[in-house]
Amino acid sequence: MLSANFRLRCGGNLCYFAGEGIVLIGNMKNARSANVAAPVDAAPFENIVRLENVQKFFGAIQALRDVNLSIGRNEIVGLIGDNGAGKSTLIKVMTGVFKPTSGDVYIRDQKLDLDNFSVSMAHDLSIETVYQDKSLGEKQPLWRNFFVGRQITNRFGFIDIKREKEIANQILMDAIGFRGAGIGVDSTVSELSGGERQGIAIGRAMHFNADLIVLDEPTAALAVKEVRKVLDFVKRIKNSGRACVYIEHNLAHVHEVADRLVILERGAVVAEITPQDMTVAELTDYLISLQHEPGER
Amino acid sequence: MAKGSRIPITRRFEGLPIIIVFMCILAAFMYTAPGVFTQPFIYTTFLSTLPPLVLLAMGLTFILGAGEIDLSFPAVIGFSGFVFAVLFKEYDLGWWAVLAALGAGILVGFINGALVAFVGIPAFITTLGTQFFWYGMATVLSGGKSYALRGAEESAVWQVIVGRPLRVEGDFAWVSQVPLQSLWTIIIVVFLWFVLNRHRFGEHTLFLGDSNEVSRVLGVHVEWEKIKIFTMMGLLAAIAAIMLTLENKNYFGNQGQGYLLTAIASVLIGGTSIFGGRATIVGTVFGCLIIGMIEAGLVATGLTGAWVRTIQGLVFLIAIIFYLFVDEPQKRALFLSRFRLRSRFGGRTGR
Repeated sequence: MLSANFRLRCGGNLCYFAGEGIVLIGNMKNARSANVAAPVDAAPFENIVRLENVQKFFGAIQALRDVNLSIGRNEIVGLIGDNGAGKSTLIKVMTGVFKPTSGDVYIRDQKLDLDNFSVSMAHDLSIETVYQDKSLGEKQPLWRNFFVGRQITNRFGFIDIKREKEIANQILMDAIGFRGAGIGVDSTVSELSGGERQGIAIGRAMHFNADLIVLDEPTAALAVKEVRKVLDFVKRIKNSGRACVYIEHNLAHVHEVADRLVILERGAVVAEITPQDMTVAELTDYLISLQHEPGER
Repeated sequence: MAKGSRIPITRRFEGLPIIIVFMCILAAFMYTAPGVFTQPFIYTTFLSTLPPLVLLAMGLTFILGAGEIDLSFPAVIGFSGFVFAVLFKEYDLGWWAVLAALGAGILVGFINGALVAFVGIPAFITTLGTQFFWYGMATVLSGGKSYALRGAEESAVWQVIVGRPLRVEGDFAWVSQVPLQSLWTIIIVVFLWFVLNRHRFGEHTLFLGDSNEVSRVLGVHVEWEKIKIFTMMGLLAAIAAIMLTLENKNYFGNQGQGYLLTAIASVLIGGTSIFGGRATIVGTVFGCLIIGMIEAGLVATGLTGAWVRTIQGLVFLIAIIFYLFVDEPQKRALFLSRFRLRSRFGGRTGR
């Protein structure tokens, strides 16, 4: 039976490939940003994030139980679970929004002092979250959206618009691949489709060298064609050597892009699955079976 | 089709629709009141009377752009004006009176900002309250008196802030009427254009207007930026108060009250969004010109002063509806659906 006291590591085949010689590319691109924390020659690490025995209580309610989870440095991890299974709580612990009640958080294999962990510290540690609908200023042009909060300015705080637009254009063309899509840096976010918006937010995170990009249900409420775009963006994250945690309701979507699926159930990690080992249909059956026979605790 | 062409023309040329409207109104007044509007003196009069309105509207452009509102600036005109008048006249403090008045404006703005940002009271309520409070303070401290600043034009303060430095005889005698406050106002306007469009602070202002939550996620210090915006409003209102008091050479207890609606209307006529997130300095300047011109123009045309507010209100509403339709597709859809909803549930069948 699946126990909540789960193994620290997933199946060895997945966890270790990440450490093998994959070079992080982002850091050279953007030495200008104040938020770039990890130098290129940082000590090699195995896991971008590792949680050990993490518990999280909200009052008497236990939102996370004994969570042990690690995210490899170039791994796409799909996080699956019902509403209220603890997915959002889990990523909020990873990204510094919530402090765990007990347990340890390691980033790049370094144990964190949880008293100081915060969202801005997570940013400094190159962890970025892309929230559905909360990542972009609707009426603002794309180039402002890329740089707001970390503008390229002179010492009086005036923005170097020309440079910001150049870089924004580069991100649009190269990192996100909006070439020829008719979208320019002066377009406002309100002109973009849902999938394109996710692309902008992901492209921004990639530009600012996020080593881990957390996507919180990026395909919720999107049309099929738009979902396609988002999945392509997720693949770009993988190809650029970064890691990604991907929360998703739709099994077919995560199944396609994830290297590993982590299943949460009532706050505990109940299974870790390699998508190659299971078809979407098998996975669905498996999840339903989980619901019928809850893990012994 | 290139999406670039989808960018509304109103965004490609800042303030374009309002400039066209301004030209039309100006042409209309030149036709109806040629004796006034083809002579230079009406324009030099504008240069001396409009600066306080323009400065207030500048601050409000930032406030509304950030999705907030400030109703307390008329009270700053009253309170800061009082501080200036009493220190200038009774204590003969000269430039120190100017500094104290600016400080008073900054204080009022800072308190507004702190109440909105940290206590979390909606700006409408906060500034409604502080408006009463600061007007009350001015009345209590002045004992309801007004101060006539007779002889003020002899002082350096007057000469520098609202002086008429040029001396021209003959055909160009009107140049002698050009007041210095118009120069200071133009400098401030140009500077604030750069701040809004090119500075980190302006960008944060617009993102705040778009969404506080998004701004926070993107690393904008929401509370602090709000305090800065309200403080700037207070400072600009204080400058307006000093100019107004010096220009009139008089302080009276309820000065500034006429500016509440005209300043807000100027900003919105200019094209700054009532929902925040979009703001235009150029538009605001032309909004002020229109509001100011309607007042002078209607009277010169022969209508009574009673028409002024009516027409201003009408222009204001037309402008808002215009911008709603041009620039806010989502809001437009919402607006239209409301009508459709109504006709579905009654209108049509009811007949």
